[in-house]
Amino acid sequence: MRKNLLAAFAAALLISAFLISAALAETVNWTAIRGARIVPVNGPVIEKGTVLIRNGIIAAVGAQVDVPASAWIVDGNGLTVYPGFIDALSSWGLPQTAQAQPPSAARGAQQQPQQPQQARSWGPLDRPGTFSWVKAADLLQPADPRLGQARNAGFTSAVVFPRQGIVAGHGAVINLGGRTAGEMVVAPDSGLFLALRPSGYTGFPSTPMGIMAYFRQLWLDAEHYRQALSMYAADPVNIPRPAYDRAIEGILGARRVLLPAADPVQLERMLTLAADLKTPAVLYGVVRGYEMAARLKQAGTPVILNVRWPARDRNADPEDRESLRELRIRDLAPASPAALSEAGVKWAVSSEGLDSPRAVLRALKQSIDRGLRREDALRALTLTAAEIYGVAARLGSIERGKIANLVLADGDLFDDRTRVRMVFIDGVRRLPEPEAPAPQGAAGRSPSISEEEEQ
Amino acid sequence: MRTIIPAAVLTVSALLAADVTVIRNGTIHTVTKGTFKGSIVILDGKIADVGEKVMTPAGARIVDAAGKHIIPGIIDAHTHIALDSINESSVSVSSMVDVTEMLNPESISIYQALAGGVTVCNSMHGSANSIGGRNVVFKLRWGADARGLVFDKAMPSIKMALGENPKRQGSPQGLQIPGLASPQNLRYPGTRMGVEDVIRGAFTRARAYQREWKDYETRKARGEKLLPPRRDLELEPLVEVLEGKRLIHAHCYRADEILMLIRVFDDFNIRGVTFEHALEGYKVAREIAARGHAASTFSDWWSYKVEAYDAIPYNAAIMHRNGVLVSLNSDDAGGAELMRRLNTEAAKVIKYGGLSEDEALAMITINPAKQLRIDRWVGSIETGKDADLVIYDKHPLSIYSKVEKVFIDGRQYFDRDEDMSRRPKIESEKEGLRKKVLEQQKQAAPQNRRPS
Repeated sequence: MRKNLLAAFAAALLISAFLISAALAETVNWTAIRGARIVPVNGPVIEKGTVLIRNGIIAAVGAQVDVPASAWIVDGNGLTVYPGFIDALSSWGLPQTAQAQPPSAARGAQQQPQQPQQARSWGPLDRPGTFSWVKAADLLQPADPRLGQARNAGFTSAVVFPRQGIVAGHGAVINLGGRTAGEMVVAPDSGLFLALRPSGYTGFPSTPMGIMAYFRQLWLDAEHYRQALSMYAADPVNIPRPAYDRAIEGILGARRVLLPAADPVQLERMLTLAADLKTPAVLYGVVRGYEMAARLKQAGTPVILNVRWPARDRNADPEDRESLRELRIRDLAPASPAALSEAGVKWAVSSEGLDSPRAVLRALKQSIDRGLRREDALRALTLTAAEIYGVAARLGSIERGKIANLVLADGDLFDDRTRVRMVFIDGVRRLPEPEAPAPQGAAGRSPSISEEEEQ
Repeated sequence: MRTIIPAAVLTVSALLAADVTVIRNGTIHTVTKGTFKGSIVILDGKIADVGEKVMTPAGARIVDAAGKHIIPGIIDAHTHIALDSINESSVSVSSMVDVTEMLNPESISIYQALAGGVTVCNSMHGSANSIGGRNVVFKLRWGADARGLVFDKAMPSIKMALGENPKRQGSPQGLQIPGLASPQNLRYPGTRMGVEDVIRGAFTRARAYQREWKDYETRKARGEKLLPPRRDLELEPLVEVLEGKRLIHAHCYRADEILMLIRVFDDFNIRGVTFEHALEGYKVAREIAARGHAASTFSDWWSYKVEAYDAIPYNAAIMHRNGVLVSLNSDDAGGAELMRRLNTEAAKVIKYGGLSEDEALAMITINPAKQLRIDRWVGSIETGKDADLVIYDKHPLSIYSKVEKVFIDGRQYFDRDEDMSRRPKIESEKEGLRKKVLEQQKQAAPQNRRPS
């Protein structure tokens, strides 16, 4: 009797669970943005049209789209829809470490706070500054206030990288919103971030030259490890068991490496290094792109532009005579995007070093004034960034089947007066959030002229 | 003395190739084949003919050198210019690093050195390590990229160092280089005996590594299935040294440490070493010469540290007279300073030691070329060699002389007159760019801005 009751209860539970899940599966969330100007990036602009979203995925785009009766309608009159912007090299959503902050300009003779005792490295086998097992996807903090700021500027995705040591770990393509950290991740293996400045250890290697030699040894060791593992698997009796090495395990999973190259000299160095590592490279920190375009095109290497254009230090000694080279770099750096686009180089932009996410658009506006086509600027912010990281099938344009990451602005993107009215991330609408005042003294930089103007 | 063939060949080839230059009527210091008034014919970057009378092909570019002096391009066997990293000082054996990949073709030192008549230099790893990194020999082809600078015919080499520099970072009392070493960051060795130990240890490990690979290759050839040894980028260059494929440039000062290193090299059967600085080389010149080792020194620069006190300006001459192959170098790092006047450095060995003009010039041309194993192509004015030439307005060993033109591979890379006439243009471009920035700032500034 009692058994029967229990069985009946269990059966009832099962049935109700089934019913609930079935109901969930059949619930389709339709959203339609109607009457808006649509800039899909991968095709011609639609002057007045509809974007239909089904469960977070773009279901249809066009001038004439049949909208289901159950759809939630967003009136797009007077608004322009762009694909959500992608910050191609970012730390949004990651814990901010002391290292990630820019070195503070020496104010007085204040001593740097005592660093914790770091391990002394004696050679490559100590795996100095190597965190190849670290994944940005494991570190995400959905409550990071910078995510809101970025959304306010029209960013819906970012490629974020851990930044400690010289082999910093694996980056992830993330959406800038989600109920959980896991929901934010679009691709957890977007590349291994490498740096050429010693950090996270003392001792070997202490120079960029030593670091490059270390990278070569590390990749050789990885090749040896791979060979040892496969031989051991085939013959565990006669082949000695390879010692587990988490640093190398992390290297073996790297589908691309990010390497720094500001100028043509470093470009040649990094192309040689990437060839030695037998791993495709994405170059970051590019400053003199205007001189590198032809070589980059020839090598087929994409770049992440540093759009914090070089400027004379406001506190510089007015008597200082700058070299012609310095003056030329300052003059020509903002012309890099146009040169790269013209040469057909894949380039995207990073918000790094800029005061706010919105400053990315202002920096690109300067490049538009120097001959960059608006559509190329937009492409860099969206589809090209997605292509560089191999997620263009899901992000980067307003196209059927792609993730519904969208920006709705009340005018042209690069117009200073334009405001972002809302963004969609995975089809979920997010309205602009009130921005906290700029963190006092966090960056140690005074606001620029244009910012004061805005306030 | 000279071959007759080129004249006949020239007339034909001149019709085909337009790239002919003739430097006419100068005093030619060939260094190896005497000094005379004559002309040099340059064809496709090589010296096609040199002599008192040469055939001038039709259509050749003529450089009139009447009243001028021509010497082979100066070769600096020991510098650190144009490198973005010099010292990997964290470990005492840093043979895994190579300064070649740190060569910066945009470094202004290259142009400055060029203006002093230098056409080839050996830019080396620093002296913080018992065994340092690999070096790069390059031609000062100002404007080329890094790969275009490298003189790839030169034999590969590696840096070594003895004495104070490699030991000071191992001693708590030692002079600490800021940023490089700290008391918590000490490394072995801290004494001269430790330096010897590190060198012997490294070459012993290299021998074992060499054997390990040989062993693997023979067993593999027998058909055994086995895991190859781990490749070691630190030991690979040292194996090349043991196999005679890589030269050594060893920084040293004192006679005792020079003898120590000679003994170490005897034990490991290593030949072809150049002792760098070697300020006490005059005390052990015969021992250096007996093994066929060479020396690259300063003319009269010393007393900048304890181990550099017992030096004399006759060092180069004494070593030379005892059969040592001697060159004079600049050791320039931050900028080309001494490099711009290596000709007067050479002149000093005439004053101190009474060497001949040719012997003096040889110490900055053919001798360093021999030390770098590039004397087949550069180092003297001879038919068939690269047209690396310097035109001085006066005798090159005079302190009043100035470099007027420099050719590398027959191409003119420096011209004093052109340099002077270019300067106003550069200044006006700078001024224009500065004004442009100021204007942009004005436009960007808000109109209603008030002082707060």
